[in-house]
Amino acid sequence: MSLLSFFNRRTSAPVARERLQILLAHERGIVGGKPDLVAQLREEILAVVRRHVMVEQDNVQVKMNRDSDISTLEIEIEIPAPVPARA
Amino acid sequence: MAKVLVVTSGKGGVGKTTSSAALGAALAHGGDKVVVIDFDVGLRNLDLVMGAERRVVFDLINVVQGDAKLNQALIRDKRLENLSLLPASQTRDKDALTEEGVAKVLNELREKFDWIICDSPAGIERGATMAMRHADVAVVVTNPEVSSVRDSDRIIGLLDSKTEKAEKGDRIEKHLLLTRYDPARAERGEMLKVDDVLEILSIPLIGIIPESEEVLKASNMGSPVTLNNPASAPGRAYFDAARRLKGETVELTIPTDKKGLFGKLFGRRAA
Repeated sequence: MSLLSFFNRRTSAPVARERLQILLAHERGIVGGKPDLVAQLREEILAVVRRHVMVEQDNVQVKMNRDSDISTLEIEIEIPAPVPARA
Repeated sequence: MAKVLVVTSGKGGVGKTTSSAALGAALAHGGDKVVVIDFDVGLRNLDLVMGAERRVVFDLINVVQGDAKLNQALIRDKRLENLSLLPASQTRDKDALTEEGVAKVLNELREKFDWIICDSPAGIERGATMAMRHADVAVVVTNPEVSSVRDSDRIIGLLDSKTEKAEKGDRIEKHLLLTRYDPARAERGEMLKVDDVLEILSIPLIGIIPESEEVLKASNMGSPVTLNNPASAPGRAYFDAARRLKGETVELTIPTDKKGLFGKLFGRRAA
């Protein structure tokens, strides 16, 4: 190992370790208790919204970010403007 | 016009996913719109190699079965905006991939992208045949090693018989990508040489990727090697291969042992 790399020790293995720990915790269902909690949440939230308004599947954007401490589920639903009542 | 490219090999662990990610990123870096699709249903890993594993919401099977729209399932790369990923399902069965469903997804992708890279699973079963079925171009990833060369030969046979193009009597464009090439061992006669592999498989060579620690570093970081270290030997080799895929003429030199006489005399590594 050269002197330079000795002082500049930003190795990749710890990054790999952390990424795997987070991913596998989610896949084994350790985080959230169920293997696919987020997918289930997504379906149920959409079902609730659909009970009240017509939602086109095209107008739904779901984003997710799984992390070690906190995961975020972002659901953006475009709700169509109400049809004006006829006179 | 959009091109569907399958990255395949038959044998596992030779570098299909690494190569799919690296070539995809290299093509996208050059300005093309690229999507990389993981066909390894049940054992997805392209998301991990590309660093998008925390962002997967929908997958290829969801789109094939109509549970999600394509634009909902595509994950845009955070580093290159014209690079997207379509992940495989981790929970579903590979039989969920229907030929019509895959064809429909690919046709929709053809409208939006210049390159559709299908990362094939190992083996010759459904996932692998679906990944190659609609391809225009194939990159056969091979290690200079007997079992890999044999499996590549088998895959070449399938490309020439089981793809849509082959069935129509057209020729599918095939390229050999030799990966994990160790020039020192090849020179010592411990590894098949480039010419040996080319002679046996007799398809044109698109690139030689030298064995390098940079490949593991890049996958540790979740970044294609062409983005993580573009100046590295494998990074440059993948960039050259991507340019050849685009039809450019780029001189191909066989990597040689970089060690000079001094290194050869004193730097012998244990085998």
